Amino acid sequence: MAGENLKQLTDSDFDATIGSDTPCLVDFWAPWCGPCKAIGPMVEELAAEYAGKAVIAKMNVDENPATPGKFGIRAIPTLILFKGGNVVDQVTGAVGKTQLVAMLDKAL
Amino acid sequence: MADYQLVIIGGGPTGLTAGLYAARARIKTVLLEKGVAGGQVLTTDWIDNYPGFPDGLSGFDLAEKMAKQAARFDLETRSGAEVVSMDLAGPEKKIFFADGSELTSQAVIIATGARPNKLGVPGELELAGKGVSYCATCDGPFYRDLEIAVAGGGNTAIQEAVYLTKFAKKVSVIHRRDELRATKIVQEKAFANDKIEFIWNSVVKEIEGDKEVTGLVLQNKDGRESKLAVQGVFILIGIIPNNEMLPADQLKMNKGFILTDREMRTNLPGVMAAGDIIYKNIRQVVNGAGEGAVAAMAAEHYLAELGS
Repeated sequence: MAGENLKQLTDSDFDATIGSDTPCLVDFWAPWCGPCKAIGPMVEELAAEYAGKAVIAKMNVDENPATPGKFGIRAIPTLILFKGGNVVDQVTGAVGKTQLVAMLDKAL
Repeated sequence: MADYQLVIIGGGPTGLTAGLYAARARIKTVLLEKGVAGGQVLTTDWIDNYPGFPDGLSGFDLAEKMAKQAARFDLETRSGAEVVSMDLAGPEKKIFFADGSELTSQAVIIATGARPNKLGVPGELELAGKGVSYCATCDGPFYRDLEIAVAGGGNTAIQEAVYLTKFAKKVSVIHRRDELRATKIVQEKAFANDKIEFIWNSVVKEIEGDKEVTGLVLQNKDGRESKLAVQGVFILIGIIPNNEMLPADQLKMNKGFILTDREMRTNLPGVMAAGDIIYKNIRQVVNGAGEGAVAAMAAEHYLAELGS
Protein backbone atom coordinates (compact mmCIF):
# COMPACT_ATOMS: atom_id res chain seq x y z
CA MET A 1 0.00 0.00 0.00
CA ALA A 2 1.20 3.47 -0.85
CA GLY A 3 2.59 5.51 1.98
CA GLU A 4 3.55 2.74 4.39
CA ASN A 5 7.11 4.11 4.57
CA LEU A 6 5.91 7.65 5.01
CA LYS A 7 5.87 8.82 8.62
CA GLN A 8 3.14 11.21 9.78
CA LEU A 9 4.69 13.49 12.39
CA THR A 10 2.94 15.41 15.14
CA ASP A 11 4.13 18.13 17.51
CA SER A 12 4.61 15.46 20.19
CA ASP A 13 6.84 13.00 18.31
CA PHE A 14 8.68 15.56 16.17
CA ASP A 15 11.78 16.16 18.32
CA ALA A 16 12.47 12.47 18.86
CA THR A 17 12.27 11.75 15.14
CA ILE A 18 14.50 14.54 13.87
CA GLY A 19 17.00 14.05 16.73
CA SER A 20 18.19 10.80 15.19
CA ASP A 21 21.43 10.52 13.21
CA THR A 22 19.43 9.13 10.31
CA PRO A 23 18.60 12.02 7.96
CA CYS A 24 14.96 13.00 8.15
CA LEU A 25 13.14 14.97 5.47
CA VAL A 26 9.96 16.63 6.73
CA ASP A 27 7.34 17.89 4.28
CA PHE A 28 5.30 20.62 5.99
CA TRP A 29 1.93 20.73 4.25
CA ALA A 30 -1.77 21.44 4.60
CA PRO A 31 -4.86 20.15 2.83
CA TRP A 32 -5.76 23.61 1.49
CA CYS A 33 -2.49 24.02 -0.39
CA GLY A 34 -2.60 22.90 -4.03
CA PRO A 35 1.15 22.63 -4.60
CA CYS A 36 1.45 20.62 -1.34
CA LYS A 37 -1.08 18.11 -2.60
CA ALA A 38 0.62 18.03 -5.99
CA ILE A 39 4.00 17.00 -4.54
CA GLY A 40 2.38 14.45 -2.19
CA PRO A 41 2.78 11.42 -4.50
CA MET A 42 6.41 12.36 -5.17
CA VAL A 43 7.17 12.51 -1.43
CA GLU A 44 5.57 9.06 -1.07
CA GLU A 45 7.86 7.76 -3.82
CA LEU A 46 10.88 9.13 -1.95
CA ALA A 47 9.70 7.40 1.22
CA ALA A 48 9.68 4.06 -0.59
CA GLU A 49 13.01 4.65 -2.31
CA TYR A 50 14.83 5.79 0.85
CA ALA A 51 13.29 3.20 3.18
CA GLY A 52 15.98 2.12 5.67
CA LYS A 53 18.35 4.94 4.64
CA ALA A 54 16.44 8.10 5.55
CA VAL A 55 13.18 8.95 7.25
CA ILE A 56 10.69 10.71 5.00
CA ALA A 57 7.92 12.35 6.97
CA LYS A 58 5.00 14.73 6.60
CA MET A 59 3.59 17.19 9.07
CA ASN A 60 0.16 18.73 8.72
CA VAL A 61 0.66 22.36 9.79
CA ASP A 62 -3.04 22.85 10.60
CA GLU A 63 -3.09 20.03 13.13
CA ASN A 64 0.40 20.76 14.48
CA PRO A 65 0.90 24.50 14.80
CA ALA A 66 3.76 24.46 17.33
CA THR A 67 6.54 22.94 15.20
CA PRO A 68 6.04 25.08 12.06
CA GLY A 69 6.00 28.14 14.32
CA LYS A 70 9.28 27.10 15.90
CA PHE A 71 10.95 26.95 12.50
CA GLY A 72 9.39 30.19 11.29
CA ILE A 73 7.51 28.46 8.50
CA ARG A 74 5.24 30.96 6.75
CA ALA A 75 5.06 29.30 3.35
CA ILE A 76 4.22 25.77 2.28
CA PRO A 77 5.15 23.34 0.99
CA THR A 78 8.37 23.73 2.94
CA LEU A 79 10.65 20.72 3.13
CA ILE A 80 13.34 20.66 5.79
CA LEU A 81 16.10 18.06 5.99
CA PHE A 82 17.23 17.32 9.55
CA LYS A 83 20.17 15.30 10.84
CA GLY A 84 20.94 14.87 14.51
CA GLY A 85 18.36 17.51 15.36
CA ASN A 86 19.92 20.16 13.12
CA VAL A 87 18.57 21.75 9.96
CA VAL A 88 20.81 20.59 7.11
CA ASP A 89 18.85 22.01 4.19
CA GLN A 90 15.53 23.66 3.46
CA VAL A 91 13.44 24.38 0.35
CA THR A 92 10.08 26.05 -0.20
CA GLY A 93 7.70 25.52 -3.11
CA ALA A 94 6.70 22.64 -5.36
CA VAL A 95 10.23 21.46 -6.05
CA GLY A 96 11.14 18.63 -8.38
CA LYS A 97 12.20 15.19 -7.25
CA THR A 98 15.75 15.63 -8.57
CA GLN A 99 16.36 18.51 -6.18
CA LEU A 100 15.12 16.52 -3.18
CA VAL A 101 17.12 13.44 -4.20
CA ALA A 102 20.27 15.60 -4.44
CA MET A 103 19.52 17.05 -0.98
CA LEU A 104 19.06 13.59 0.54
CA ASP A 105 22.05 11.98 -1.15
CA LYS A 106 24.33 14.74 0.08
CA ALA A 107 23.24 14.10 3.67
CA LEU A 108 23.56 10.30 3.55
CA MET B 1 14.72 6.54 -35.52
CA ALA B 2 13.69 9.05 -32.88
CA ASP B 3 12.57 7.85 -29.44
CA TYR B 4 9.22 9.61 -29.76
CA GLN B 5 7.08 11.24 -32.40
CA LEU B 6 6.23 14.08 -30.06
CA VAL B 7 7.67 15.48 -26.87
CA ILE B 8 5.64 17.96 -24.84
CA ILE B 9 7.67 20.01 -22.40
CA GLY B 10 5.62 21.28 -19.47
CA GLY B 11 2.73 19.74 -17.52
CA GLY B 12 0.45 22.70 -16.89
CA PRO B 13 -3.02 23.05 -18.45
CA THR B 14 -1.47 23.77 -21.87
CA GLY B 15 0.84 20.75 -21.90
CA LEU B 16 -1.83 18.46 -20.47
CA THR B 17 -4.34 19.54 -23.13
CA ALA B 18 -1.75 19.07 -25.88
CA GLY B 19 -1.07 15.64 -24.37
CA LEU B 20 -4.75 14.76 -24.36
CA TYR B 21 -5.10 15.62 -28.04
CA ALA B 22 -1.85 13.89 -29.01
CA ALA B 23 -2.75 10.74 -27.08
CA ARG B 24 -6.17 10.60 -28.72
CA ALA B 25 -4.49 11.03 -32.12
CA ARG B 26 -2.37 7.95 -31.24
CA ILE B 27 0.85 9.91 -31.63
CA LYS B 28 3.73 8.32 -29.71
CA THR B 29 4.08 11.08 -27.14
CA VAL B 30 5.79 11.78 -23.84
CA LEU B 31 5.00 14.72 -21.60
CA LEU B 32 7.93 15.98 -19.54
CA GLU B 33 7.33 17.88 -16.32
CA LYS B 34 10.20 19.18 -14.20
CA GLY B 35 8.24 19.13 -10.96
CA VAL B 36 4.75 17.74 -10.71
CA ALA B 37 1.90 18.15 -13.18
CA GLY B 38 -0.27 21.21 -12.77
CA GLY B 39 1.91 24.23 -13.28
CA GLN B 40 1.02 27.70 -12.07
CA VAL B 41 -2.69 26.87 -11.82
CA LEU B 42 -1.85 24.85 -8.69
CA THR B 43 -1.24 28.11 -6.86
CA THR B 44 -4.65 29.53 -7.77
CA ASP B 45 -7.08 29.34 -4.93
CA TRP B 46 -10.26 29.34 -7.00
CA ILE B 47 -11.03 29.43 -10.71
CA ASP B 48 -14.40 30.90 -11.70
CA ASN B 49 -13.70 31.48 -15.38
CA TYR B 50 -12.92 28.05 -16.76
CA PRO B 51 -16.10 27.08 -18.60
CA GLY B 52 -17.87 23.84 -17.76
CA PHE B 53 -17.54 24.25 -14.00
CA PRO B 54 -20.54 26.41 -13.06
CA ASP B 55 -19.59 26.58 -9.38
CA GLY B 56 -15.89 27.14 -10.04
CA LEU B 57 -13.18 24.87 -8.70
CA SER B 58 -9.73 25.05 -7.13
CA GLY B 59 -6.64 25.26 -9.31
CA PHE B 60 -5.48 21.96 -7.87
CA ASP B 61 -8.74 20.21 -8.75
CA LEU B 62 -8.68 21.56 -12.30
CA ALA B 63 -5.07 20.44 -12.83
CA GLU B 64 -5.82 17.02 -11.37
CA LYS B 65 -8.86 16.56 -13.60
CA MET B 66 -6.85 17.52 -16.68
CA ALA B 67 -4.05 15.10 -15.75
CA LYS B 68 -6.59 12.31 -15.15
CA GLN B 69 -8.28 12.98 -18.47
CA ALA B 70 -4.99 12.77 -20.37
CA ALA B 71 -4.05 9.62 -18.45
CA ARG B 72 -7.35 8.01 -19.49
CA PHE B 73 -6.03 8.05 -23.06
CA ASP B 74 -2.68 6.61 -21.96
CA LEU B 75 -0.56 9.73 -22.23
CA GLU B 76 2.96 8.85 -21.07
CA THR B 77 4.07 11.38 -18.46
CA ARG B 78 7.42 11.80 -16.74
CA SER B 79 7.46 13.98 -13.67
CA GLY B 80 10.71 15.19 -12.15
CA ALA B 81 12.12 15.34 -15.69
CA GLU B 82 14.12 18.54 -15.78
CA VAL B 83 15.08 19.63 -19.28
CA VAL B 84 18.25 21.75 -19.28
CA SER B 85 18.81 22.30 -22.99
CA MET B 86 17.63 21.25 -26.41
CA ASP B 87 18.69 21.20 -30.03
CA LEU B 88 15.65 21.81 -32.20
CA ALA B 89 17.18 22.89 -35.51
CA GLY B 90 17.39 19.57 -37.37
CA PRO B 91 14.68 17.03 -38.27
CA GLU B 92 15.55 15.03 -35.14
CA LYS B 93 14.95 17.16 -32.05
CA LYS B 94 17.23 16.46 -29.09
CA ILE B 95 16.20 17.03 -25.48
CA PHE B 96 18.85 17.03 -22.73
CA PHE B 97 18.07 16.39 -19.07
CA ALA B 98 19.63 17.57 -15.82
CA ASP B 99 20.71 14.01 -15.00
CA GLY B 100 22.78 13.82 -18.20
CA SER B 101 20.35 11.64 -20.16
CA GLU B 102 18.74 12.68 -23.43
CA LEU B 103 15.94 11.72 -25.76
CA THR B 104 15.03 12.39 -29.37
CA SER B 105 11.75 13.25 -31.03
CA GLN B 106 10.38 14.19 -34.42
CA ALA B 107 8.26 17.05 -33.09
CA VAL B 108 8.23 19.17 -29.94
CA ILE B 109 5.60 21.26 -28.18
CA ILE B 110 7.09 23.81 -25.79
CA ALA B 111 4.69 24.55 -22.95
CA THR B 112 7.14 25.48 -20.24
CA GLY B 113 4.99 28.35 -19.01
CA ALA B 114 6.04 31.12 -16.72
CA ARG B 115 6.66 31.79 -13.05
CA PRO B 116 5.92 34.70 -10.74
CA ASN B 117 8.01 37.77 -11.28
CA LYS B 118 10.19 39.04 -8.46
CA LEU B 119 10.36 42.63 -7.29
CA GLY B 120 14.14 42.60 -7.23
CA VAL B 121 14.39 44.69 -4.08
CA PRO B 122 16.57 44.29 -0.98
CA GLY B 123 15.17 41.77 1.48
CA GLU B 124 13.12 39.85 -1.04
CA LEU B 125 15.41 36.83 -1.44
CA GLU B 126 16.55 36.85 2.17
CA LEU B 127 12.99 36.79 3.51
CA ALA B 128 11.40 34.42 0.97
CA GLY B 129 9.23 31.98 2.89
CA LYS B 130 9.62 34.16 5.99
CA GLY B 131 6.96 36.66 5.11
CA VAL B 132 7.70 37.11 1.41
CA SER B 133 5.31 34.98 -0.61
CA TYR B 134 4.28 34.44 -4.23
CA CYS B 135 1.32 32.14 -3.53
CA ALA B 136 -1.69 33.38 -1.56
CA THR B 137 -3.46 30.04 -1.50
CA CYS B 138 -0.36 28.31 -0.10
CA ASP B 139 0.59 30.81 2.53
CA GLY B 140 -2.50 32.91 3.32
CA PRO B 141 -3.59 30.91 6.37
CA PHE B 142 -0.26 31.69 8.10
CA TYR B 143 -1.37 35.32 8.37
CA ARG B 144 -4.46 34.96 10.55
CA ASP B 145 -5.25 38.32 12.19
CA LEU B 146 -2.04 39.88 10.92
CA GLU B 147 -1.50 42.88 8.68
CA ILE B 148 -0.09 42.15 5.25
CA ALA B 149 0.53 43.76 1.89
CA VAL B 150 -0.03 42.73 -1.71
CA ALA B 151 2.17 44.21 -4.42
CA GLY B 152 0.43 44.39 -7.80
CA GLY B 153 -2.75 45.55 -9.52
CA GLY B 154 -3.62 42.85 -12.06
CA ASN B 155 -6.16 40.05 -11.85
CA THR B 156 -4.01 37.74 -9.79
CA ALA B 157 -3.02 40.42 -7.30
CA ILE B 158 -6.53 41.72 -6.70
CA GLN B 159 -8.24 38.33 -6.64
CA GLU B 160 -5.70 37.05 -4.14
CA ALA B 161 -5.93 40.24 -2.06
CA VAL B 162 -9.65 39.52 -1.62
CA TYR B 163 -8.86 35.89 -0.77
CA LEU B 164 -6.29 36.98 1.82
CA THR B 165 -8.92 39.01 3.73
CA LYS B 166 -10.30 35.64 4.85
CA PHE B 167 -7.27 35.44 7.13
CA ALA B 168 -5.56 38.79 7.50
CA LYS B 169 -6.84 41.65 9.63
CA LYS B 170 -5.87 44.13 6.94
CA VAL B 171 -4.54 43.87 3.39
CA SER B 172 -2.76 46.86 1.85
CA VAL B 173 -2.63 46.72 -1.94
CA ILE B 174 0.39 48.57 -3.28
CA HIS B 175 0.02 49.52 -6.90
CA ARG B 176 2.28 51.66 -9.02
CA ARG B 177 -0.59 53.28 -10.95
CA ASP B 178 -3.76 55.06 -9.82
CA GLU B 179 -6.11 52.45 -11.26
CA LEU B 180 -6.24 48.67 -11.41
CA ARG B 181 -5.71 46.47 -14.45
CA ALA B 182 -7.79 43.68 -12.93
CA THR B 183 -11.08 42.75 -14.59
CA LYS B 184 -14.14 44.72 -13.40
CA ILE B 185 -15.87 42.00 -11.37
CA VAL B 186 -12.64 41.38 -9.47
CA GLN B 187 -12.17 45.12 -8.85
CA GLU B 188 -15.74 45.49 -7.56
CA LYS B 189 -15.17 42.75 -4.97
CA ALA B 190 -11.96 44.41 -3.81
CA PHE B 191 -13.44 47.92 -3.53
CA ALA B 192 -16.38 46.55 -1.54
CA ASN B 193 -14.08 44.82 0.95
CA ASP B 194 -13.40 47.02 3.97
CA LYS B 195 -10.32 45.02 4.98
CA ILE B 196 -8.54 46.13 1.81
CA GLU B 197 -6.74 49.45 1.65
CA PHE B 198 -5.23 50.78 -1.56
CA ILE B 199 -1.90 52.57 -1.68
CA TRP B 200 -1.81 54.10 -5.16
CA ASN B 201 1.10 55.34 -7.27
CA SER B 202 3.59 53.50 -5.06
CA VAL B 203 6.17 50.76 -5.34
CA VAL B 204 7.95 48.59 -2.78
CA LYS B 205 11.55 49.73 -2.47
CA GLU B 206 12.71 47.45 0.27
CA ILE B 207 11.43 44.62 2.44
CA GLU B 208 12.53 44.96 6.03
CA GLY B 209 12.98 42.30 8.65
CA ASP B 210 15.61 40.19 10.28
CA LYS B 211 14.24 36.70 10.85
CA GLU B 212 10.87 37.56 9.36
CA VAL B 213 9.19 40.42 7.54
CA THR B 214 8.42 43.40 9.76
CA GLY B 215 7.68 46.09 7.20
CA LEU B 216 8.10 47.68 3.80
CA VAL B 217 9.73 50.81 2.51
CA LEU B 218 7.43 52.34 -0.11
CA GLN B 219 8.20 54.99 -2.65
CA ASN B 220 5.52 57.24 -4.06
CA LYS B 221 5.53 58.40 -7.70
CA ASP B 222 6.73 61.84 -6.57
CA GLY B 223 9.76 60.24 -4.89
CA ARG B 224 8.45 60.46 -1.32
CA GLU B 225 9.36 57.45 0.86
CA SER B 226 7.22 55.98 3.62
CA LYS B 227 7.15 52.93 5.83
CA LEU B 228 4.40 50.35 6.17
CA ALA B 229 4.44 47.89 9.06
CA VAL B 230 3.34 44.44 7.83
CA GLN B 231 4.12 40.86 8.78
CA GLY B 232 3.94 39.58 5.23
CA VAL B 233 4.00 40.67 1.62
CA PHE B 234 2.55 38.81 -1.34
CA ILE B 235 4.32 39.69 -4.58
CA LEU B 236 1.91 39.26 -7.47
CA ILE B 237 3.35 41.47 -10.18
CA GLY B 238 3.10 39.36 -13.28
CA ILE B 239 5.25 36.61 -14.66
CA ILE B 240 8.55 35.84 -16.34
CA PRO B 241 8.96 33.13 -18.98
CA ASN B 242 10.48 29.74 -18.13
CA ASN B 243 12.88 29.95 -21.06
CA GLU B 244 16.27 29.05 -19.58
CA MET B 245 16.27 25.63 -21.29
CA LEU B 246 15.29 26.98 -24.71
CA PRO B 247 17.80 27.39 -27.56
CA ALA B 248 17.79 31.17 -27.89
CA ASP B 249 20.01 31.01 -30.96
CA GLN B 250 17.48 28.83 -32.81
CA LEU B 251 14.05 29.99 -31.64
CA LYS B 252 12.58 33.36 -32.53
CA MET B 253 11.55 35.13 -29.35
CA ASN B 254 10.41 38.54 -28.19
CA LYS B 255 11.13 39.73 -24.65
CA GLY B 256 11.90 36.13 -23.72
CA PHE B 257 8.59 34.74 -25.01
CA ILE B 258 8.37 32.52 -28.12
CA LEU B 259 6.86 33.90 -31.31
CA THR B 260 4.30 31.63 -32.98
CA ASP B 261 1.81 31.75 -35.80
CA ARG B 262 -1.92 31.02 -35.42
CA GLU B 263 -1.27 27.28 -35.57
CA MET B 264 1.19 27.67 -32.67
CA ARG B 265 4.13 26.91 -34.98
CA THR B 266 7.48 28.51 -34.19
CA ASN B 267 10.10 29.47 -36.78
CA LEU B 268 11.51 25.92 -36.53
CA PRO B 269 9.82 23.10 -38.48
CA GLY B 270 8.22 20.56 -36.14
CA VAL B 271 8.48 22.84 -33.11
CA MET B 272 5.27 24.27 -31.66
CA ALA B 273 4.87 26.47 -28.59
CA ALA B 274 1.76 27.25 -26.55
CA GLY B 275 0.53 28.69 -23.28
CA ASP B 276 2.26 31.24 -21.08
CA ILE B 277 5.63 30.79 -22.79
CA ILE B 278 4.47 32.39 -26.05
CA TYR B 279 4.40 36.08 -26.85
CA LYS B 280 0.77 37.20 -26.40
CA ASN B 281 -1.43 39.49 -24.37
CA ILE B 282 -3.92 37.22 -22.66
CA ARG B 283 -2.74 34.53 -20.28
CA GLN B 284 -5.71 32.59 -18.98
CA VAL B 285 -6.09 28.87 -18.28
CA VAL B 286 -8.74 28.63 -20.98
CA ASN B 287 -6.66 30.01 -23.84
CA GLY B 288 -3.57 28.15 -22.65
CA ALA B 289 -5.55 24.90 -22.90
CA GLY B 290 -6.95 25.95 -26.29
CA GLU B 291 -3.48 26.66 -27.62
CA GLY B 292 -2.33 23.25 -26.36
CA ALA B 293 -5.01 21.62 -28.51
CA VAL B 294 -4.04 23.70 -31.55
CA ALA B 295 -0.34 22.89 -31.05
CA ALA B 296 -1.10 19.15 -30.84
CA MET B 297 -3.05 19.29 -34.08
CA ALA B 298 -0.23 21.24 -35.74
CA ALA B 299 2.15 18.51 -34.56
CA GLU B 300 -0.17 15.84 -35.95
CA HIS B 301 -0.23 17.65 -39.28
CA TYR B 302 3.57 18.02 -39.32
CA LEU B 303 4.07 14.32 -38.56
CA ALA B 304 1.60 13.33 -41.29
CA GLU B 305 3.52 15.46 -43.81
CA LEU B 306 6.72 13.71 -42.74
CA GLY B 307 4.96 10.45 -43.49
CA SER B 308 5.92 9.02 -40.12
